[in-house]
Amino acid sequence: MNVQKLLKKIFSSGYTGFIFLFLYAPIFILIIFSFNASKSKSVWAGFTLEWYGRLFQNEFIISAFRNTIILALVSSVLAAILGTAAAIGIYSLKKRPKAVMMNLTYLPILNPEIITGVSFMLLFAFIKLSPGFLTLLIAHISFSTPYVILNLMPKLRQLDRYQYEAALDLGCNPFQAFRKVIFPEIFPGILSGFLMAFTYSIDDFVISYFVTGPEMQTLPIAIYSMIRKQISPEINALSAIMFTVVLVMLILVNIKDIRETKKREIKY
Amino acid sequence: MKKKRIISAKIVSAVILIAVVSGIISGCAGENRQVVNVFNWGEYISDSSGVINVIREFEAETGIKVNYTTYATNEELYSKLKSSGANYDVIIPSDYMIGRLIREDMLEKINFGNIPNFEYIMEEYKNLEFDPSGEYSVPYTWGTVVLIYNTEYITKPVDSWDILWDEDYKGKIIMFHNSRDAFGIALKKLGYSLNTTNISELEQAKEELLRQKDLLQGYYMDEIFNKMGGEEAWLAPYYAGDALTMIEDNPNLAAAYPKEGTNRFVDSMCIPKGAKNKENAEIFINFMSRPDIAAANSEYIGYSTPNSGAYELLDEEITSNETAYPDEEILANTEMFLNLPEDINIKIDELWTDIRGASSGSIFLFPVITGILVIACVIIIFIKKKKKTPQY
Repeated sequence: MNVQKLLKKIFSSGYTGFIFLFLYAPIFILIIFSFNASKSKSVWAGFTLEWYGRLFQNEFIISAFRNTIILALVSSVLAAILGTAAAIGIYSLKKRPKAVMMNLTYLPILNPEIITGVSFMLLFAFIKLSPGFLTLLIAHISFSTPYVILNLMPKLRQLDRYQYEAALDLGCNPFQAFRKVIFPEIFPGILSGFLMAFTYSIDDFVISYFVTGPEMQTLPIAIYSMIRKQISPEINALSAIMFTVVLVMLILVNIKDIRETKKREIKY
Repeated sequence: MKKKRIISAKIVSAVILIAVVSGIISGCAGENRQVVNVFNWGEYISDSSGVINVIREFEAETGIKVNYTTYATNEELYSKLKSSGANYDVIIPSDYMIGRLIREDMLEKINFGNIPNFEYIMEEYKNLEFDPSGEYSVPYTWGTVVLIYNTEYITKPVDSWDILWDEDYKGKIIMFHNSRDAFGIALKKLGYSLNTTNISELEQAKEELLRQKDLLQGYYMDEIFNKMGGEEAWLAPYYAGDALTMIEDNPNLAAAYPKEGTNRFVDSMCIPKGAKNKENAEIFINFMSRPDIAAANSEYIGYSTPNSGAYELLDEEITSNETAYPDEEILANTEMFLNLPEDINIKIDELWTDIRGASSGSIFLFPVITGILVIACVIIIFIKKKKKTPQY
């Protein structure tokens, strides 16, 4: 009996450990090699902080990173606005048109990225819009808007219709009613949609690859272009910094959450 | 509580808005400044970690802003130029791609009056086969394909492509992951030209590559650096300049020239047709050909320079290196890639696909998976229906 329990414990924790190893080992190796004195990613030549120093002087990587962040911010804010309007519109449709619109929303997500990318490139070439920030922005908004809509739909379903009507009865105009009643209720949905759009935009390689132009290049494309030579350890350093920032943010959010739930528990 | 949340949301959105607006404004501020749009290989110019930060130096000296973006392959460059309508002023394709761009009338003739530094380009790098009249290109770097091997494990003499087919080193050999280079080696091994348009010679090369496939650890490109450095693999062909980088990282490695001859490549600066800032492009090309700049670039990239002024400036250690600057005899035995007729390109791609997919049976993979999926769907629907019926 005891042996069985022990075995069970070993297996279950071993399994979990294994999964985490697979998930995090690559990231840790990447971080470790950002401190490698040589450019190699297989031979350890001693500890150095050189790559971190070089990273901050390398305008090429820094500007690609800045482009990526600016693009992600602009596109996800616009996608959040557009997506919120669309979601509210779709939600108030009748059943049939609603189903049609929802399917149209799903389609860009299911569509292979490479096809979206190529068709954007052809479209922009056709309307003689030369690739640059604007084309990237349009492409990013269009692939991230569906995520906002999909994040908002459940929130809208939870919404109490009568509250909005009550607000109108009590003298709000429709816009005020939206701002004061609906918006605060669905705000968490908008926020999570925005964050999703933001991460997808930072991640995106395939679609951006087809619509970038001479004026700007995003980080994933800049990294990819290094493959003929060797991807510079400065990229490891940048990834390590990004990973750490996200980790710290997650921890902070969790601490805040735990504190809030504790407070609530005390209240009730 | 709720109020607080809304306020913080307002603050967040205000901050974002400011960031966005300032980003857009700073992006547009330089609108009427002189610019030059440069499209280059990744890691192919001396930056802040090199001797000279070339782009910043150029901007400081000329006041022309450089929009610098990068690509990974010649084919990527080609498709960008051909189909996206992007407007570049300076591009740096390799030999055969320049030939193709010239043939398809996609390059602008360079006004050499604006490029006095062209006098530094060595005579043997002017009017090369891909640009016989020399009107379209200014050489930037050159190099060769060499055999890289680990002296700890490879005891046989390394002087022939045959060693990449040696049974004794099974599983420790790496081959190029691109059709043109892979076929080039097989053709050279057979004693044919790299640029053959003879179908039966190509078929023979395919047979050779198929025979080699079982001996390989895999087809790789940039991963060769890590595989060779970490001694996971012992033998690989790669570009001479990169071989030197690998040897620097792992002194057990060495490079050799095969006796059958090898490929020599030249990457040259060109101006694509319809470039909006052609004069700036010429100023940029002239700047890149200035001896100190060309030397800094060559040192950073590790590839050899066709610029005599730069050659003089480079360290004795580099210029006397046999791998980077081989002697006349070896150079005489090299061949450059030329642009092949379209049907031959297609044929090579087909043969390459055959080789890559030959033993995995991938022709059946797709229909089989589709079949399994369809059957799974049918079963799921069937089970669901069965479960539902008793309810009614």
